[in-house]
Amino acid sequence: MATTQIDISEAAQSTEPQRVLNDLSIEVATVNGSGSQTANTVLLRAIFQMGIPVSGKNLFPSNIAGLPTWFTIRASKHGYIARRKEIDFLVAMNPETAEEDVRGLDAGAAVVYDERLNLKRLRNDLVFYPVPFDPLVAPCCPDARLRKLVRNMIYDGVVAKLLGIPMEEIHTALRKQFKKKVKAAELNFNAAKAGYEFAEKNLVKADRHYLERMDETRGKIIIDGNSAAALGSVFAGCTVLTWYPITPSSSLAEAVIEYMKRYRIDPATGKATFAIVQAEDELAAIGMVMGAGWAGARAMTTTSGPGISLMAEFVGLGYYVEIPAVIFDVQRVGPSTGLPTRTSQGDILKTAVLSHGDTKHLLLFPCSVEECFTMGIEAFDLAEEFQTPVFVMMDLDLGMNNWMSDPFPYPEKPISRGKVLSVEDLNRLGHFDRYRDVDGDGVGYRTLPGTRHPAAGYFARGSGHNEKAIYSERPNDYANNMDRLAHKFETARQRVPGPLIQNGRGHEVGILAYGTSHWAVVESLDQLKQEAGIEAGYCRLRAFPFNNEVKDFIRQHERIYVVEQNRDGQMHSLLRMEIDADDVKKLRSVRHYNGIPIDARSITDSIVSQEEN
Amino acid sequence: MATTTLPPAPPRKVNRIGLEVTEYRGNKSTLCAGCGHNAITERIIEAFYEMGVEPHRVAKLSGIGCSSKSPAYFLNASHGFNAVHGRMPSVATGTMLANRNLIAIGVSGDGDSASIGIGQFVHLMRRNLPMIYIIEDNGCYGLTKGQFSATADIGSKLKTGVVNDLPPIDTCALAIMLGATYVGRSFSGDKKQLLALLEGAIAHRGTVMLDVISPCVTFNDHEGSTKSYSYVKDHDEPISDVSFIPFFEDIAVEYDPGTTKDIVLYDGSHLLLKKLANDYDPSNKAEALRVLTEAHDKGEVVTGLFYIDTQRPDFLGLLNVVDEPLATLPESRVRPPKEVLDAVMAELQ
Repeated sequence: MATTQIDISEAAQSTEPQRVLNDLSIEVATVNGSGSQTANTVLLRAIFQMGIPVSGKNLFPSNIAGLPTWFTIRASKHGYIARRKEIDFLVAMNPETAEEDVRGLDAGAAVVYDERLNLKRLRNDLVFYPVPFDPLVAPCCPDARLRKLVRNMIYDGVVAKLLGIPMEEIHTALRKQFKKKVKAAELNFNAAKAGYEFAEKNLVKADRHYLERMDETRGKIIIDGNSAAALGSVFAGCTVLTWYPITPSSSLAEAVIEYMKRYRIDPATGKATFAIVQAEDELAAIGMVMGAGWAGARAMTTTSGPGISLMAEFVGLGYYVEIPAVIFDVQRVGPSTGLPTRTSQGDILKTAVLSHGDTKHLLLFPCSVEECFTMGIEAFDLAEEFQTPVFVMMDLDLGMNNWMSDPFPYPEKPISRGKVLSVEDLNRLGHFDRYRDVDGDGVGYRTLPGTRHPAAGYFARGSGHNEKAIYSERPNDYANNMDRLAHKFETARQRVPGPLIQNGRGHEVGILAYGTSHWAVVESLDQLKQEAGIEAGYCRLRAFPFNNEVKDFIRQHERIYVVEQNRDGQMHSLLRMEIDADDVKKLRSVRHYNGIPIDARSITDSIVSQEEN
Repeated sequence: MATTTLPPAPPRKVNRIGLEVTEYRGNKSTLCAGCGHNAITERIIEAFYEMGVEPHRVAKLSGIGCSSKSPAYFLNASHGFNAVHGRMPSVATGTMLANRNLIAIGVSGDGDSASIGIGQFVHLMRRNLPMIYIIEDNGCYGLTKGQFSATADIGSKLKTGVVNDLPPIDTCALAIMLGATYVGRSFSGDKKQLLALLEGAIAHRGTVMLDVISPCVTFNDHEGSTKSYSYVKDHDEPISDVSFIPFFEDIAVEYDPGTTKDIVLYDGSHLLLKKLANDYDPSNKAEALRVLTEAHDKGEVVTGLFYIDTQRPDFLGLLNVVDEPLATLPESRVRPPKEVLDAVMAELQ
């Protein structure tokens, strides 16, 4: 390791770097609990306000305070918002990880750091910007207790100066962040200003990166997927939420609580048009959803992988009793004290067939915050139309990170409650058979408890019943019911959201992906074309069961790469179960499973190397 | 032409809403002949009939086990839900969240409540959800052929000779400690007491927890068992004499305030608790727990109403939900208008 200390001004003179405009990734390495969230959000917002497409990802530990955390911000004039592997700009605030963080950078990257860390000695091929954080923060924050929290704003000012972010954008972002707390906003702004002024006087720009105003974010919003899904449930007319806290889904439930309190209080009475219960565990959370759905509420729960495992028994009962239920699964890595704060698409296979006996479920795969909203609404309609549990398969990356988006569209369709018989219907019909396939779509008619009619009542139980909902262990009754349930699933196949296909015909190579992998795939499609001359069709799955167009897409290509964020190629396996035997051999797999959101480079490299073999 | 006169039909016996008792019946029981559970079913039918409850307002819930089959044997016109083992409390909770106007009655067993379902049981008690929760308690797992349950007493013996060496869980003591507001124990063989407690349960608003000793004639009714008919009959110690006067009967009952407590229930009905051996105050939690603990030590089966609180708000009141069932609120009340979404979007820009 070279120990030569390169003077910044020397570095600037030695090579006149080529300017790179509006295309960089910043990584801020801090300690969690140090208040860096505000500084990072403000930086992200300031870039967004400049009209530059931007995305932010928080890589945080399962801990409240004191462990390393990294926040990456990507600004891209091309509109790419997936995580980028390469870091151009490191803000090294955590003494524990600083050396490792610096060693991991590509040559030419820049490092803003606390000068006490003396990082310059580590590399001679980077641009170093030392900043005396403590001396700078003291004068602008007289209250010593607040300094730790305000200190991080200094790097916002330094980075603003170095990259060309106008300070008024930092100010606007701070005011948005602190809302009515003007004093707090100003205190933080003073710290940012101190950083800016320090950089202006003492640092010489020696890296290649610049930000300039664009007009690509006008009218757009920034929101995390959990809040977006919560908004979806509020506008879906959800009436019951029962949940148990689990990262990364807790903030979804908490956002529902916040929105419901604001927008779902009956103005006439001041009473709630919803009921929310924090249950004692996931078993109870899903049990309450089952009771509520059976009794006619639009009921939901929020959870992650371990919760899904615990809910397995009840979900099977829901499948057989035929109860509408919406389950938001914000997927994360592994069981117990695994990596509960890291992202994954690891629940696909088990959730598709969750429970015991023969079961299969409707799954939705939102890729964006907008789809968290729209599918959050759609899920309730599907659940009631098909009288079955529906899973919205999000992930930590989508749920807990901030994403740029177009504003969400107000739902066009009225709420669809499915086949529910009223007293008038029962008067007309005289009687009803709960599980009879009257319409040929596999979906029976149901009544809600409390319906004032002598013929309304029925007894809900597991799989042992005939079409009148009467207890039966007769082989024919059981088999007929199973066949009807399978038929219902087939009806759903063409009703669930279909895949979105781009560049669909005329190529040998096709890519299949779903959820957050989408953003890396669209970037990879460009890389494949530009770097390797590979043009590929792309099919983004949006639901299980797979719409027939998915099979067509596979049929139309020679080689299909299924891109996903798990070790075992779970969607790859699910596709193998569903598609024609002749097409199975076309399927190849691109798998990403290190807990960090998938990036385009990894996909491109994997496909190019598989294409070469 | 000769005319014949038919004898007049006997007058139909109906309750206050004009229904016959048959309209409160269910399917034929498939439990063993003589099972205590069938006697409890009869009292449930009687209580709902006598109280004139509209069957469509009732939701019947259960878990898994012999006990949990019994909702199929009463109130055929009501909706019923046979849930999974030990998880009826959560299904009942969800059901009441969806429709607060329902009258929920859950039937569980000692295995279903005190073992696999103990987690949901204790949390249900904490919430004071308006529902009637009945444990048909026979101290064993009947449907899997007679294993001990967690309410079996120390020293009680199985048919096979196995002796239980672990202390029992007293579901009444738990319920009282955790917040249920109407807690009692009865015996399937005590028609009068059980009926009065059930009618009082229908008149109460909050969690009713009734542990009803209900001997298993097939697996736990032998010499050496503390849950047999003969043992319970011999050791039954009622804590007071319970009688019930429904709100719709305008009967002035004369009682001695020195020996009888008159409790006015949520719907205006009265429970009269007549003193037997000792004074007993059913509003005193600590007293109730002392009596239950002492009864265990003495090998007695103390029965009656142990605890009542007519003031504690129920769970749906705490949640401040609208008066109408959430299940059937129209779209206009559950989907905010476009202006609200526009305002949220503007805030996020």
